[in-house]
Parts: sequence; C-alpha cells; structure tokens
Amino acid sequence: MIKVEGLTKRYARATAVDNISFEVDKGQIVGFLGPNGAGKTTTMRMLTCFMPPSGGRAEVAGFDVVKSPMEVKKRIGYLPETPPLYPEMEVGEYLDFVGKLKGVPSADLAKRIQEVSERCAVADVRNKLISKLSKGYKQRVGLAQAIIHNPDVLILDEPTSGLDPKQIMETRDLIRSLAGDHTIILSTHILTEVEQTCETAIIIAKGKVMATDSVAALKNRRAGGSAVLVEVEAVSEGQVREKLERVSGVSRVVHKPSGTHGIVTFEVEGLSGKNIRPEIARAVVESGWSLNELRPLGMSLEEVFLQLTSGTKAAEHEAATAAPAVGDEEKESE
Amino acid sequence: MRGAWTICQKELHSYFASPVAYAVMALYALIFGFFFYSATAFFVEASMQSQMMGRSFPMNVNEMIIRPVLMNTSVIGLFLIPMITMRLFAEEKRSGTIELLITSPVTDLAIIVGKWLAAVLLYTAVILVAALSVIFLFAWGQPDVKPVLIGFFGLLLQGAALLAIGAFISTTTKNQIIAGTAGFVVSLLLWVIEWISQFDTSTTGKVISYLSVVTHLEPFTKGVVDLKDVVFFVSLIFLGLFLSARSLESLRWRA
Repeated sequence: MIKVEGLTKRYARATAVDNISFEVDKGQIVGFLGPNGAGKTTTMRMLTCFMPPSGGRAEVAGFDVVKSPMEVKKRIGYLPETPPLYPEMEVGEYLDFVGKLKGVPSADLAKRIQEVSERCAVADVRNKLISKLSKGYKQRVGLAQAIIHNPDVLILDEPTSGLDPKQIMETRDLIRSLAGDHTIILSTHILTEVEQTCETAIIIAKGKVMATDSVAALKNRRAGGSAVLVEVEAVSEGQVREKLERVSGVSRVVHKPSGTHGIVTFEVEGLSGKNIRPEIARAVVESGWSLNELRPLGMSLEEVFLQLTSGTKAAEHEAATAAPAVGDEEKESE
Repeated sequence: MRGAWTICQKELHSYFASPVAYAVMALYALIFGFFFYSATAFFVEASMQSQMMGRSFPMNVNEMIIRPVLMNTSVIGLFLIPMITMRLFAEEKRSGTIELLITSPVTDLAIIVGKWLAAVLLYTAVILVAALSVIFLFAWGQPDVKPVLIGFFGLLLQGAALLAIGAFISTTTKNQIIAGTAGFVVSLLLWVIEWISQFDTSTTGKVISYLSVVTHLEPFTKGVVDLKDVVFFVSLIFLGLFLSARSLESLRWRA
C-alpha cells in the first residue's frame, strides 16, 4: 500500500530525512517511532504531498507522490500534529467542509458525517463550536476529519500528544478499531504506544531508519534487559547485598543511595533470559526484612536505540547505570 | 476549480462568524456616511446660495456629490482591504490548517481563487452599504443612473485588484499584523505614485503614474468605461493571484 524507496529531504543546512526505505502492506498499523526531531513529521509530510522529497521515491496506493499528487491526496487521510481545526466553525459544519474539500459526493456526505462522528464519538458535540471543545474532543474531530472520505491510508502525526491518560487510551482504541479498513501509519516518540497499537514498528533517528521490526520482537528486546529494582527495609546495606548476590541467576548487584535511613535500594541484574524476581522476593522475605518495592527496569526508547545500533552489551550496561532513564520510563507509560 | 466554491463558502462563513465582516461594514458605513453627508450638505448650501443670487447655472448631483464621494471612498478602501485580506493565508499558516488545504485533493489555484472570491464578495457587501446612502439621492434628486453604476463597478474592480495583491501578501507571512501593514503600504503606494505626474512629465513619470490605481479609477467615477482601465485592473488581479500561487507553491519547498 505504501512503498518508500530512498526517500530524502534536505534543507539548506540539514538533512531531515536521509535515504529511508520501507514498505507497508494493506490493513497494517505501523508505528513510526523516534525521538523528537528524528524526521517523522517530515517523512509524513512527504507522503501526504505537503512537501516534495529532495530525492527518492514514495508511492501511496500505487501512485507516486510527485507525479500524481491528486490521486495520492484522494486516498490519504492526514491528521497533523496539531489538528487542523477552524475554531469559529461548528463540528458538523467543519466535517461538512472537509468532506466537500476531499471530494465526498454530496449525496453521501450527510451519511458519512453521521458515520464518522459516531465512530470518533463526536456525535454529541456536532452543534458545538470547535473553539469550545476540550483537547480530547478536538483530537477526535481531527481523526473524524481524516477518515471522512474513507481513505485507503491514514497518516497520524503524534495522535495522542497532549492528551490525558484516559483520552490517550480512548484514542488508541479508536485507532486500533480503524485498522481493518485503513492502512495506518502513526508517529510517536512513546514506545508503549507502539506496543499497544501497532503491529510493526519503524524506528528512526536522525533521519535514518534504525530498524523495522514487529512489535512482538520489540517487546522482547525491551524486556530483555532483566534488571530489577529492589527496595528493602533493613538497617545494614552489606547484609542485604550479600543475600542478594547469593540468589541464583543474579549477575550483578549495584547499591543505590536511597537517602532514607533504614531503607536500602539495589539494582539487581540477572542473567539474560531468566526471571529473577520470585527468587529475590523469597530471599528478602525469608531473611525477615520487609520488601517495599520490586519492579523490573524496562529499557527506555533511547536504550532500545542503543541496543539496536551498538549491540546488546552496551544497552544492558546503559539500562543498569542510567538513573534518569527510570524517570523517562515513568513518563512514557502514563 | 472544484473546491474553490467550497473554500469560498467557508471563508465567507469565517468572515461573518467573526467580527471581521461586521467591523469592516460598520467602519465603512460610518466614514462613508460622513463623506456623503458633507458632500450633500455642501451641495444643498451651494444650491441655496445660487438660488438667492438669482443665478441659475445647472447644478449636477452626479458631478458634485457622487463623483467626489466615490473618489473619497476608494481611499477608505485602502484601509479596509488589508483588513479583509490579512487573515486569508496568514491565519491558516499560523494555525496549521494550511496543511489540511494543501493535503486535500484541490489545486493551489482553487484554494487561492476561493479565498480571493470570498474577499471580493465581502467587499461587494461593504460597497452595497455605501450604495444605500446613494439611493437616497434618487429619492430627492434626479441623478443619472448610468454613471453611478459605472462608478460603483470601477470601485469594485479596483477593490478586486487590491484584494488579489493583499491575498498575495498574506501568503508570504504567518503574522497577520505584518500582512495587514504590508497590504496597507502597498495599496497606499499604488495610490500615491500618481502624484509623480505633477512634477515629472518624462516617460518614467508617465509610466509610474500609469501604475497608480487612481489614474484608472477616475474615468469610472466620471461614468466612462475605458478598455485600458479595465485591462489594467484585470491584469492586476491576475498578477496578484499568480504571485499567490507561486508563493503557496514555494511554501512546499521552503517549509
């Protein structure tokens, strides 16, 4: 459905997208994963014919984005990062306008508006001014706008950014429900989003494709770093360390200052592929200490990148030592 | 051209859903009303005096009221036209809705023509507000209808030309204030360069004076439709729309 070969976008001073290639089959949901400034938006803008590529080719539904942009535009629904809404319009009027703009036959338009507003759960605000809507509603109106002409391909640029957790879940469900009828590319910098909504992930950084992988494989990679954070109520750090080091499957124990008297915290690394958490829990409880916390330290996106690019060792080391990564992880899984 | 009418309707909706249309029409009504009142009052005063003195030279409503009023109101147009055009593209560029338009299956030209047409229709509505006052002249006097219609036609043509230029200026920036100010300055320049004919009678002076909109509006206010004036305004419209199309296109490779 989408075929990209050596796509490149150069600006005066920088190359935003550097020779990327990928293919997306019909009906798939593909996550475009990368940090901010990786070239996700630029790639999407080239696919939607908003800007021409400086090199390479891109084909959507069999039509070249440079040679037959009109055909491509008819078959693409696009939700930019900020939904393109007119605040002075009512939701119904807006969908009517976009429908006409996208060439929905006027006989079908009323029916299509009804369908998409039910599907995106905006039917109850159809007579409201867009400027009065909450952010979640605005995002859904943006999605309704993207699917009004029933396009083959849906391109969604950071569809959940700026939403609250409940809205994020609703939006993800909505996107998943759209998958059967449409081929979807969505961009995000949130790893869990890709895990929850997509089948395939294309990881890009600095304008280059780092990896194209199924989400299942990505999940394995992420869980592969089997480091665990252990917080124990105990007086002596040494005793706990000794005990933890003796647990079978543990390869390394690193003390982390907790700042509170009577509480000791360790990062424990296990041999790869082995779940060491039950063993650790047993060891701590049997020694008569209270176990406050025991949780796996997943890898952040950056660590997955590192792992993908520079091999397993470096990434594991990074996961074990980089303290800020824990904070990032919490933010991501909101 | 599919889509142009859709966009035009949407633009008109935005003008009338926001205070823009009403502000422009109210301001125009106010200042046109003043011009009209002072011209009419002067006319009435003069005709009383000539009657008292026993002179009976013919007093012409067309020449003494309508013509100067039309010339004056075209000056007001200079202020109003940038107000109408400044948001056309600048607002869409700022809010990001331009992405929706450009990624829709409509041509750039349809977008531009749609927006320009909406601006022209709003300007027509504004001019009709002025026409209301002129109708009163027909109730109490006997002005000639044809020159009045031709005068308004000229006003509309001049407006359409400046609106096309204003639309182009709006495509060049995200900032409405810059678009408005630049539009005003360009309109004003196209107006005042006519003054050069007063002190420079060389060919250069003539060419520059020819470029002034006032040179080409004046015959219309006298009730004369000259092909060269129509051609001037129509080519200005084409120039403005052409430049807008190029500017919108450049958005793609610059953005």
